[in-house]
Amino acid sequence: MNIFVFVKRVPDTESKIKIAHNEARIIEEGLNFVLNPYDEYAVEEALQIREAKGGTVTVVSVGSDAATTILKKCLAMGADEAVLIKDDNPESYDGLRTARIIVQFLKNKAGDYDLLLFGKQSVGADNAQIPAMVAELMDLPQGNVVTSLEIEGSKGSVLREIEGASEKISFPLPAVVSAQKGLNEPRYETLKGIMAAKKKEIPVISLEELGLDKEAIKPQISVLKMESPPERQAGRKIEGEPQDLAKQLVQFLHEEAKVI
Amino acid sequence: MILVFMEHREGKVKKSSLETLSEGKRRADELGLEVCAVLIGHEVDNLASETLPYGAAKVFVLENSLLSRYSSSGYAQALFTLAEEVKPKILLFSATAMGKDLAPRCAAKMGVSMASECTGTAVQNGSLTFIRPIYAGKAFITVGLSGIPQVATLRPNVFPLVEAQQNGGEIVKKEVAIGENQIKAQLEEIVRQEGSELDVTEAEIIISGGRGMKGAENFDLLRDLSKLLPHSAVGASRSAVDSGWIDHQHQVGQTGKTVSPNLYLAIGISGAIQHLAGMSSSKKIVAVNKDHEAPIFKVADFGVVGDLFQILPPFKEELKKVLSE
Ligand SMILES: Cc1cc2nc3c(=O)[nH]c(=O)nc-3n(C[C@H](O)[C@H](O)[C@H](O)COP(=O)(O)OP(=O)(O)OC[C@H]3O[C@@H](n4cnc5c(N)ncnc54)[C@H](O)[C@@H]3O)c2cc1C
Ligand SMILES: Nc1ncnc2c1ncn2[C@@H]1O[C@H](COP(=O)(O)O)[C@@H](O)[C@H]1O
Repeated sequence: MNIFVFVKRVPDTESKIKIAHNEARIIEEGLNFVLNPYDEYAVEEALQIREAKGGTVTVVSVGSDAATTILKKCLAMGADEAVLIKDDNPESYDGLRTARIIVQFLKNKAGDYDLLLFGKQSVGADNAQIPAMVAELMDLPQGNVVTSLEIEGSKGSVLREIEGASEKISFPLPAVVSAQKGLNEPRYETLKGIMAAKKKEIPVISLEELGLDKEAIKPQISVLKMESPPERQAGRKIEGEPQDLAKQLVQFLHEEAKVI
Repeated sequence: MILVFMEHREGKVKKSSLETLSEGKRRADELGLEVCAVLIGHEVDNLASETLPYGAAKVFVLENSLLSRYSSSGYAQALFTLAEEVKPKILLFSATAMGKDLAPRCAAKMGVSMASECTGTAVQNGSLTFIRPIYAGKAFITVGLSGIPQVATLRPNVFPLVEAQQNGGEIVKKEVAIGENQIKAQLEEIVRQEGSELDVTEAEIIISGGRGMKGAENFDLLRDLSKLLPHSAVGASRSAVDSGWIDHQHQVGQTGKTVSPNLYLAIGISGAIQHLAGMSSSKKIVAVNKDHEAPIFKVADFGVVGDLFQILPPFKEELKKVLSE
């Protein structure tokens, strides 16, 4: 099994997001960046499949040189190869643009593959678009928001999360699968892995080398405004006897909030 | 034309699709466009009449026996074929599991970028702009989309349902050509979750428990409350999920679900930034916590300081009283 896993560098979920309002972008200075948590499940799944069936796991990120750190983390977890597709464009929140870059990579540089793994969503852009877009542009089956993946021969089947239930879908390989929490428990890097990752070369491919013309990767999304959510005001706080508290709470729900 | 995809499950059109249609109608009126709806499936024309009260000028019913079950590639092909013919300027979906799976596949087929999980739209200089949360609601962006059609998914439970003045839409049935090879993945079955409670993203009231619940069995306290309250669901913090007390489908937060119910009850939840990210757009927030300094109180409209195990039983009794009045 040849597996490609697509990974993104995102701000840690603990981050407080500050905005440069006049430029409609977030202030990245001072933020701690990590491997997108959903991509961690994707990497773990790829490693487990390789351990069971052999093959190679290649992790790929589209981004600036800074994305090298998350590629190193994936190598330290056990990925065989890593590739950086160098794109110095700032975050555009444009899923199609990244999908087209990934597709061009798959067509021109990737060789054969059986499985393309993604996270279900990049924490930050929160698009949840790229896996389905890549699947469409490569004419492949897709299984998104997956909590279980089984491979048998040249077929895959997944459970994908929907409202209050799961859909079981099956498809021939190659296919696109995007990982949801619950798929597995990502492993920690080992010291040996970290040492090996340090030494490993990470090839860098430019957008020109992929043969992408400027038109195809011009963002179709313009960010007109970026703002913080309205601050919530702390409301009333009550203490006292449980019986009385319960009464006041129900009164609030009934008379003020009018939700019951 | 603004075209709105109508999702249906178990013989009913989804409420969130009707919300999306309502918003489509509102913006269509402002932009001087008409709003149309599209239903996909096999023998689903009886559902078309459910959408008419919301102002659709036409309801397209795309029929093909291969589409009797949802398929991202099959549905995308059907929508693509229709769009080629009717050339919508804007194509909207509800951001449900199906909408989120289908919309990006369609957008890519049409060669356009899209805006996910919008919580607002606005008309600016004669075109539609989209407002959406990023960083799990820690920031919001207003975006313009230069491709045609403009494709977006709208978050459920945010846009009000509005019935239109007139109810005179036309139902247009179309047989769409789909090849077997265009169904790339087969939907084998739908596996219901035990108890098949309402999903948190669809609920109007969410009763969430955190580490303060102390154990799996105590979530029954919350399920009992949920049974009393119509359209409610049980949610959880990640700590509760990671402790194995409840399935991760219930998790609210940055790596769980983002919700905006009418009422969010946070019981024994401290209010970590990742949790707040997922629920702070709730219309009303109530917190029960024994630590009067818990950060959840900073966002709560109503805070109850005390031991949840002492407060929940009388709360249930009081609730029953008021509900039976
Ligand atoms: C990458 C990443 C992603 C994350 N994503 C999410 C996410 O999506 N959702 C999420 O929720 N968290 C998420 N977290 C975890 C988050 O940081 C917190 O750890 C978590 O939200 C804490 O859950 P809690 O409030 O239930 O537990 P705690 O923080 O332990 O709080 C328990 C609360 O219960 C109260 N309490 C205890 N006993 C009682 C009692 N008898 N009566 C009343 N009150 C009581 C305590 O005072 C306390 O405030 C994420 C973390 C990381 C690193
Ligand atoms: N810049 C990127 N480079 C590589 N993979 C990406 C990138 N952005 C997103 N992805 C992949 O696409 C998934 C969904 O991202 P998104 O559509 O942005 O929410 C992520 O979890 C990653 O697997």
